Amino acid sequence: MAQYAIMLFAKAPADSADLTPEERAAHARHAEEVPALGGQMLAAFALQPSTTATSVRGDVVTDGPFLDAKEVIAGLYVIEAPDLDIALEVARRNPATQQGGGVEVRPVEASFIAAAATA
Amino acid sequence: MTDPAEIAAAVADAHRRGWALVLAATARVARDLDLAEECVQEAYAAALETWSRTGIPREPVAWLTTTAKRRALDVLRREQVFRTKLPLLLDPDEAATDELSTVEDEAVAESEPVEPTDVVPDERLRLIFLCCHPALAQEAQMALTLRLVCGVPTSELARAFLVSEPTMAARLTRAKKKISVARIPYRIPSAAALPDRLAGVLGVIHLLFTMGHTAPAGASLVRADLMDQALHLARMLRELMPDEPEVGGLLALLLLSHARRATRVNDRGRLLRLSEQDRSQWDQSMIAEARDLINVGLRDGRAGRYLLQAAIASVYVDAPTYDQTDWTQILALYDRLLRVWPSPVVAVNRTVALAEVQGPGPALAEIEALEQDHRLMGYQYLPAIKAELLTRLGRRHDASAAYQRALELTTNEVERAFLAERLAEVDHPESSR
Repeated sequence: MAQYAIMLFAKAPADSADLTPEERAAHARHAEEVPALGGQMLAAFALQPSTTATSVRGDVVTDGPFLDAKEVIAGLYVIEAPDLDIALEVARRNPATQQGGGVEVRPVEASFIAAAATA
Repeated sequence: MTDPAEIAAAVADAHRRGWALVLAATARVARDLDLAEECVQEAYAAALETWSRTGIPREPVAWLTTTAKRRALDVLRREQVFRTKLPLLLDPDEAATDELSTVEDEAVAESEPVEPTDVVPDERLRLIFLCCHPALAQEAQMALTLRLVCGVPTSELARAFLVSEPTMAARLTRAKKKISVARIPYRIPSAAALPDRLAGVLGVIHLLFTMGHTAPAGASLVRADLMDQALHLARMLRELMPDEPEVGGLLALLLLSHARRATRVNDRGRLLRLSEQDRSQWDQSMIAEARDLINVGLRDGRAGRYLLQAAIASVYVDAPTYDQTDWTQILALYDRLLRVWPSPVVAVNRTVALAEVQGPGPALAEIEALEQDHRLMGYQYLPAIKAELLTRLGRRHDASAAYQRALELTTNEVERAFLAERLAEVDHPESSR
């Protein structure tokens, strides 16, 4: 088994308030289908819009996301899966891929999640 | 004892026929592509030395497989703690326990060699699908396939891809590292994923052939090695997946192109049009092989893009002279091709047949409509075909502009020379004959 982080990218500012009720429902359904695809959801985070982000590079603090791009990170989740094909199958079915954005899958090297991690 | 030249020939033959099989089998034991490559290389080196003492074994490929696997096992035993902690190549079908002992028994059992293709018919298929995994960049897929499946040395790969050897080595290392870190599985894709994944594999083989056929830059039109390797891969895939019509289609397409390679340029290296080529020089056995593949594939009824492209090529080739080409049939096949593969490039090529069936006027109208497609912006054959149509319509001034545009987009020197000659003809029609 290996762990993969799946990062969701959406058009800036990636505000979940912009999602339609159907889109929101699709995300909820996706979270539930992960086990059936052969993966296990370990952690998931939906982020506030990128307009609330603050970046630090060296000593300089700036308003906004780290990379100036049309698409910004909207959230991420970490799954456990036996191999990349399973992780990619989960990723491919993420609704973000059909909502004008997409996802990036990265293998996790190491992780730590505190016991009381739910926001 | 045995003639050294004979030994060298036997090793070279086993390299060509057996490399993929030996490496694929060794990779399963080694669970690390670098280690597998190393062991296979050592096995081939050992073959040269051992066979001159003991004679060429009855089953050279089986001998090489056993030798390479044994070497991998030795290394694994030495480094067992490290390797079992971190299997670098993920083999999902392998039982999680007792791996080493199972593998050992297998390797020992193979010291009584049997025809290896009977034992593990799909080992090479796993390797091919691994190398062509869509999570790898296509450049890396091509390089990895040639390196691991065909055994092409890194130095030769660098030359074929016009990069330095360190660059090519880094490209291969990066790809192999991703395979192990991201756990790209060493397995044949599931039935659901197979059509997509197979299309990827066919795309890589086709691209390798095309690169060999028209090198994107440089003076030599035919990088024969790449074409030979692509053909070798297509044959291997056909042998491994005989029931996939598109595999047969791709092989037929490559055969038809390869059968004509000797006549593509004249003695002075000038590009020859199909109408100028000496048909008696075409390789008739390759053409016959392709024709059989196409007939079988078309009967199957699931004709895909490669099979239809091959069918089009075979209509060209079947005509006794260029003027006797069955253009109506070619146009009908292009219409079918566009339905299964709506590519703008296909639409451009279709206009060549359209010009023969309906005349250059309607074909030019079609070309002008296609010019609006931004995907064709850099496609050098569009202005080249347009120029040819304009020439036939007597519009020399416009033809000249189109040839100039085609020249701007073309990097292959042989093709440039051809276009420059056409340009000179339309610019100075009286002096050209």
